[in-house]
Amino acid sequence: MAKLYSECPQKKDNLNPKKETVDFLLNYSKALSVIHYNDLKFEALQN
Amino acid sequence: MRHELITDAVLVRNYMDGDENALSVLIHRHKQRIYSFIYSKVFDRDITEDIFQDAFIKVIKNLKLGKYNEEGKFLPWVMRISHNLVIDHFRKNNRMPKFDNSGEFSIFSVLGDNALNAEKQIIKDQVECDLRRIIEELPEDQKEVLMMRMYKDMSFKEISERTGVSINTALGRMRYALINLRKVIDKNNIILTN
Repeated sequence: MAKLYSECPQKKDNLNPKKETVDFLLNYSKALSVIHYNDLKFEALQN
Repeated sequence: MRHELITDAVLVRNYMDGDENALSVLIHRHKQRIYSFIYSKVFDRDITEDIFQDAFIKVIKNLKLGKYNEEGKFLPWVMRISHNLVIDHFRKNNRMPKFDNSGEFSIFSVLGDNALNAEKQIIKDQVECDLRRIIEELPEDQKEVLMMRMYKDMSFKEISERTGVSINTALGRMRYALINLRKVIDKNNIILTN
């Protein structure tokens, strides 16, 4: 049967970030710690 | 409507107090809206992914540094950060949104080809041919004025100079030419539309 080229093939209902991106953010959050020293704040990333 | 057991405000507070799982809930709750928002601006999956990631890195840093002032507006806040990053992206690239044809979005789905297809071209030729034949039936003086005006694109001043009549006479001949054309078209039920 002939293809219906007039139909729109695009569906935009799965606009979600990749799982890797979300996982990276969660891991980044876990790795990031803020050290308070007197009035100063230091960011530290622990791998 | 989905009932959300824990509000964003509580989750943000829990996260700032060290509950890493709260961030996971926040991301999963809002990821689609934020991702779609960015994608609607940049139309590129990879760039959207980058901006989404950068936005949440900023969110995480601000929350951990205690810079976020909760006013029950977590989502608008993240949206604002995303929006600013989108602007930064375009500023950095110094260009307007670019469409390439490599992703899911095809520029050809919004751009049409204005050239006539074969069928329409044949119809157009037929209509023009019919019109020429009707024009040939007009009285000579009217035909002359109409040809000069429509096909040679001359002004009525030029036509009056060329034919040696006044502008008003030329205008009158044009008017009668059109009236006579309409009469012939109506009388013979000629369809001159493409």
